[in-house]
Amino acid sequence: MNPNPNIDFSHLCFLLFLQKSTKFFERQLSMDARRMSRAVPRVRQVGFFTPNTPAQQPQPQSAAPSSESPPLSDSPASNSLSPVMIPPPRHLSDNLGGRTAAVPVPGREISGELPTVGSYNPSESVLWLDSPPRSRIGDEELSEGAESSLGWYRRSDSAKFASSLPSGGFNLSTAKHPESVAAVEAKNPLPEQSEVQKEQASSSKPLKAKTTKAERRALQESQRAAKAASRAEANKSGTPGGAPSSKPMKQPPQKKDGPPVASSIAASERIGVDRSVEKERKKDLPPPRKQFDDESRGGRAKRRSVLNQPEARNRVELFRHLPPHKNGTQLPSLESKFFELHEKHPAVYKVGLQYLAGDLSGGNARCIAMLQAFQEAIRDYSTPPEKTLTRDLTSKIGGFVSFLIECRPLSMSMGNAIRFLKSRIARLPLTLSESEAKTTLCSDIDRFINEKIVLADKVILRHAATKIRDGDVLLTYGSSCVVEMILLYAHELGKQFRVVVVDSHPMLEGQKLLRRLVVKGLSCTYTQLNAISYVMHKVTRVFLGASSIFSNGTVYSTVGTASVAMVAHAFRVPVLVCCEAYKFHERVQLDSICFNELGDPDAISKVPGRVDVNYLDNLTDKQKENLELLNLKYDATPSDYISVIVTDYGMIPPTSVPVIVREYRKEYLLI
Amino acid sequence: MPYTNQAAALIHSVKAVGERLIAANPVELAVGNVVRRVLHIVREEDLSLTTAAMAGLNLSAESDDEDDTDRDNHPALSAAAIAAASRSTLRPPSLQTLLEDVPDSAAVPHTSSSGGDSEGKSKSADKSSRSRKLKHDVIEAVNELIQDISTCHELIAEQAVEHIHQNEVILTLGSSRTVLEFLCAAKEKKRSFRVFVAEGAPRYQGHLLAKELVTRGLQTTLITDSAVFAMISRVNMVIVGAHAVMANGGVIAPVGLNMVALAAQKHAVPFVVLAGSHKLCPLYPHHPEVLLNELRSPSELLDFGEFSDCLDFGSGIGAPLLHVVNPTFDYVPPKLVSLFITDTGGHNPSYMYRLIADYYSADDLVLERRTTSGN
Repeated sequence: MNPNPNIDFSHLCFLLFLQKSTKFFERQLSMDARRMSRAVPRVRQVGFFTPNTPAQQPQPQSAAPSSESPPLSDSPASNSLSPVMIPPPRHLSDNLGGRTAAVPVPGREISGELPTVGSYNPSESVLWLDSPPRSRIGDEELSEGAESSLGWYRRSDSAKFASSLPSGGFNLSTAKHPESVAAVEAKNPLPEQSEVQKEQASSSKPLKAKTTKAERRALQESQRAAKAASRAEANKSGTPGGAPSSKPMKQPPQKKDGPPVASSIAASERIGVDRSVEKERKKDLPPPRKQFDDESRGGRAKRRSVLNQPEARNRVELFRHLPPHKNGTQLPSLESKFFELHEKHPAVYKVGLQYLAGDLSGGNARCIAMLQAFQEAIRDYSTPPEKTLTRDLTSKIGGFVSFLIECRPLSMSMGNAIRFLKSRIARLPLTLSESEAKTTLCSDIDRFINEKIVLADKVILRHAATKIRDGDVLLTYGSSCVVEMILLYAHELGKQFRVVVVDSHPMLEGQKLLRRLVVKGLSCTYTQLNAISYVMHKVTRVFLGASSIFSNGTVYSTVGTASVAMVAHAFRVPVLVCCEAYKFHERVQLDSICFNELGDPDAISKVPGRVDVNYLDNLTDKQKENLELLNLKYDATPSDYISVIVTDYGMIPPTSVPVIVREYRKEYLLI
Repeated sequence: MPYTNQAAALIHSVKAVGERLIAANPVELAVGNVVRRVLHIVREEDLSLTTAAMAGLNLSAESDDEDDTDRDNHPALSAAAIAAASRSTLRPPSLQTLLEDVPDSAAVPHTSSSGGDSEGKSKSADKSSRSRKLKHDVIEAVNELIQDISTCHELIAEQAVEHIHQNEVILTLGSSRTVLEFLCAAKEKKRSFRVFVAEGAPRYQGHLLAKELVTRGLQTTLITDSAVFAMISRVNMVIVGAHAVMANGGVIAPVGLNMVALAAQKHAVPFVVLAGSHKLCPLYPHHPEVLLNELRSPSELLDFGEFSDCLDFGSGIGAPLLHVVNPTFDYVPPKLVSLFITDTGGHNPSYMYRLIADYYSADDLVLERRTTSGN
């Protein structure tokens, strides 16, 4: 223990603070620095913190030094951080201590900076204080929180901390959104007590050894007294309570406008920050997809991969940029590798094998299976010593995902789900204990599955059923589970209609759908895709499923969907695409070639149940040289062919997809 | 039928046989076309003989002149239907003949009967030699027709280099011998290009074509039918065979081609149909998807074993729950076709009705239609 309690304490506080909100902090730092250099934080001022005006003046000067104090603000980390909108309220308060922002970095080792850090705190503490309703929450909870935080801090505060800090910043950068703050706050329902807690937390750290509550309290009490004088106390920011400093006094007004922080944030977003929103959008551009024809990267991937890459024979020139199909023949070899891949959780492993073997198909089924596997993995997860849950779990999940990708490329919807999960992880309040964090995540996943898939499907059913009339002839292609549910639902409603199931080689999924529909007593017509023009005369509605919908309205779906939609369009038959909104994606795509998935080429030459089709069985090597087999999995349907998209937000034209994508993304990160 | 009228008797018997053939498979329009072609040959030969005879009697000097000066003389000679008919028979088919055929076609039936009668009276001595000559000529002409039909692939293939350039990407669906030879001809001329073959479910003839193409060293990619839309944007030209070409330029083609044609139109890819002239049918399509189609066995699509309970009267209401539709042909409307390549060259869809007049006599069209509809 440091002989100088004050320094020690402040140091600890600082650590705490770093731990807890590295992300924000850095972000803010960098932002502040940037903003300050730009000189005008006027946006901020607008809505929220009028009172601070005086503080602003000091800022510029302080800003200058801070921005110069390079380590942090210039560091790639800060740059890479998404330029998220910072919840303005804090900032203002920060501004007071704005210089602090930059300072802490260099100050890692020295407590001298603390005061500045502390300045950050007050605002936060204020926010915390804002949510008084939770005051009721029991002591146990508080203590629990404290304990957990204790645990966390203990792990990280030692030597590690120095190193962990920057990296933490990087990792956390994923959690770009202000909502995270809200979430954090929401989860730490500490009103006035928060102070106590903070103290507990902060005090607890120094006592690396276990201390009883009472002890801790006592310690805190004494410390508090000492600290009260120094602003440093405020630094505990890490947790809820900042000592009532001068700033808090100013802030009370704000509190009123936004008791739930989220709302205030939302407001802030609305009011100001257009610029930062803009920037965020820019940063949020989906990263370029991996291109498999890129030698350097491909090589690396190959070395890392678990599965053998099939040789390039029979690969279609046009699609060299896509990963080759890995067929089920690799199943045994992968199975045998199970024990080498110990870092893969068995549940994830199982799902991966199912993807590989093709047992699991359908966007929703795959997505749910994946999420549930992650859930299990999270349940069994324990943070390795000297790591933080947030970072370690994120990288774990990243490992799972890349394993799954190897088994089969992810669909857009799964990408969205993973994004959701990672943002939830990144946003976990650091005060949560490991078990709490795990249950939170599991329930988040459950909620995602429930709200975004199960309930969304139910809403879609309702909407779509209104478009089915008696006497209709409905056409569907392939096997979409949403469409199937719609048909069954409409049938249960007693509507009289006929279903045309169109199918295509080699998947022949339609046969299974046909089976299920006929068993339920629907009258069906079955045909092959080629005969679509023949059957389309009598069809009155076309219902299609989708794997994803891009923000230019392009529907990315099972290969052949585009043909069906095109023929329907030519015959003036309305085309309804049924798709849950979580499958919407902000990418844009014009054709089916830039991005797609390749199926097993050998599946083409065989036709199940048709022994007479065997023309390609005995080819000579020379013949094989010239022959390429292309088994595409998806295609892109231009939006002109789509009459309406039925989604959980209602029925929208394809042109409205980008709107949903934008609005929805915010919401789903907030969930 | 009077024994004197050889041609009429021949036409009658050809028709009788033709009707039976057509009745055997009314959807196989080529049969009707060939019957019509034969009838046309008979009529032409008969006419040319008649003309020759007439010319021998009174118009011998003139007939040659008329060919050169028919524009001036036509009004004056319009009464001489025989002379006009002779012009049409003696010249190879051309647009000019077609134009002149229009007035003639009404006169031809009249001519043949009246001419026959007059022949009978005036030339009874000549009769046996003439009938032998008619028979001989008809046989010769029919042989020529057979020749034509069997070589039409080559004639079409000869034009391949005019349409396929280096590094072209061509898409086709199903299998057609004409297409195969067309592509191979271009390949032999050292053009290097790439072919996408859609497999053409449910018959999967595309596999066969792909195999043939790779055997001949062409770079071939076999794709599923469902991937046609995805791939068409990278294709320079769609080349397909046809089952029949209708008088309006529409095409009866293997199932799935309408979809391909629509996709090609969407991406402004030329849709080229290769068809021998025997596939040119003088009928105008009415509801061709149904009337000129053939539904094949559901077993090509579904395994009976698996679905036997539903195909049948499994529901207990007496109506089967499950229908399986497996048509053989698609109708591609003329507006989706960019070009026809026939053994007589390339033609626009809008021009096809003109060609019909080259190959068929007007009175056969009606007759055929009655027989087909009767069946």
